[in-house]
Amino acid sequence: MRRRTTERLAVDAALLVVAAAFAVPLLWLVLSSVDPHAGLRVRLPDNPGLSNYSDILTEDITFRPMLNSLILCGGATALTVASAALAAYPLSRYRSRFNRPFLLTVLFTTCLPITAIMVPVYALFVQTDLIDTVYGTALFLATSQLPFAIWLMKNFMDGVPMVLEEAARTDGASGMQTLRRIVLPLMGPGVMVVTIFSFIMMWGNFFVPFMLLLTPEQLPASVSVYNFFGNRGGQVAFGELAAFSIVYSTPVVLLYVLISRRLGSGFALGGAVKG
Amino acid sequence: MSTPATGPQATGPQATGPQATGPQATSPQATSPQATSPQAVVPQGSAGTLHRGGPLGWLPITPAVALLLVFLAGPIGYCVYIAFTNMQLTGSSSTDFVGLANFRRAFADPEFRNAVWLTLVFTVISSIIGQNSLGLALATLMRRASRPVRTVTGIFVIAAWVLPEIVAAFLLYAFFRREGTLNAILDQLHLPSQNWLYSLPILAVSFANVWRGTAFSMLIYSAALNEIPQDITESAELDGAGGLRRFWHITLPMIRRSVATNLMLNTLQTLSVFGLIWAMTRGGPGNRSETLPVFMYDQAFLKSFIGYGTAVALLLLLISSLFSVVYLRLLKTEV
Repeated sequence: MRRRTTERLAVDAALLVVAAAFAVPLLWLVLSSVDPHAGLRVRLPDNPGLSNYSDILTEDITFRPMLNSLILCGGATALTVASAALAAYPLSRYRSRFNRPFLLTVLFTTCLPITAIMVPVYALFVQTDLIDTVYGTALFLATSQLPFAIWLMKNFMDGVPMVLEEAARTDGASGMQTLRRIVLPLMGPGVMVVTIFSFIMMWGNFFVPFMLLLTPEQLPASVSVYNFFGNRGGQVAFGELAAFSIVYSTPVVLLYVLISRRLGSGFALGGAVKG
Repeated sequence: MSTPATGPQATGPQATGPQATGPQATSPQATSPQATSPQAVVPQGSAGTLHRGGPLGWLPITPAVALLLVFLAGPIGYCVYIAFTNMQLTGSSSTDFVGLANFRRAFADPEFRNAVWLTLVFTVISSIIGQNSLGLALATLMRRASRPVRTVTGIFVIAAWVLPEIVAAFLLYAFFRREGTLNAILDQLHLPSQNWLYSLPILAVSFANVWRGTAFSMLIYSAALNEIPQDITESAELDGAGGLRRFWHITLPMIRRSVATNLMLNTLQTLSVFGLIWAMTRGGPGNRSETLPVFMYDQAFLKSFIGYGTAVALLLLLISSLFSVVYLRLLKTEV
């Protein structure tokens, strides 16, 4: 028994060291955001206050970029989830020897780095006048997330038993009607997970809007925070940067907490990993 | 049409393998090279449907296929085309076909070789060694830790993963700067401090990637470890096998599939990291943290050699495709 206790203590100590290493940068974020004279070091603020927050809560720094992010990522998420749900239905319900090649292609695409195709995408967007348009960027963002969304959605849909559909089918309901009235409501939590996960991925995406959007008024928060930080050169207001980072990260952190139970059980990653 | 072929070609062989011999396979379609392209899925898939489907049954898949063809397969095909031209950002009229010139230039370019080398260093340190091993260690240790420690560790590691990429980049930039927290800690311990982003930039961004990406491995491994039947480890324990031996001879072989797939996903993810490095160092100082994505961006946009930058992108895409094919091979039996 004593050996057990010693072992547990050693394990706990080791984990706490790792946890501390992960926590230090986060601690800087939280402490600096309430420190009017924040620097680059973790330190307890002398006069903690919310002045950094009140400084950044303006239309130019916070509200417009956040709204832009919401429009861009919300639109793209809606498109991703709708197309993924539609695509998953035949893949999950009909037998065809094209299911497997299609799903493998989708999985293969999931693995390709979007970063690598940003140069041709930029060139293509310039030639088709899609450059610097929110809808063009949303279309591309949606597509970049689509393979994984299809994959997840199909896995969730496979979990809905066919029996319930049979009845509706015999009553003469079409495929689309069964999908909308029976399958999707039954896999509600699954659809929610796909939606939230897609949204989180897009909200944090920096490179795609960085490349495809140019007008400052259209930039989402991921890019505007970068400009805000980069353009001030040596005189970065670190406290404000920290405060903005917290405001910008809050929605995804909350959404993550909402689906964390399913993520924790290895769902999504599992979706791709377990096949 | 080299466009849609890029994806399916790679998946084609093993994808059609087992099914082509099945009772459904009709020879003309099975031997057609286009049979597995995503374009062909809609019309031909309906023909091969068993029950219920019918041609209209496959209609719902069209929006997804259209998006994937236009915004993914299209750019990949265009990528292949531009890589063989001398396209410049300004004056699109003078685009000429230059054959393999861009690739020859890349292989002769010391900066490109530098980028390949740094990508390799970055991937091995941060993904294969860092994220993967640390993730596995955390997942293993957390099973033996007390509940509060487990919760606290989980929260911090996962928080680093959930934060948007650019926020993570700022945090670690602040951490590694000369005036930053790391040096403050080293001072306290009376260890020599230095300007990490200047002296060891590739190491700093690698650590940043470990900080950011370890949660993914940890979650995958936690799930994998949960699936190991309890009695196997217990009987080994009764036989007197110590912790390390149990881990090496029982746990590791049982989760080897997860190890392989996790390594693959981590590697691919790390190969395409741009925002983190760009915000922390911009590939500098000089080009000492310029991995392939940063090099590609620099060449294509800052120096406006679109053709050359795209050739680099194509090479990156090829490397990733190789990894993806291996990954799919591993999954072959499961899909």
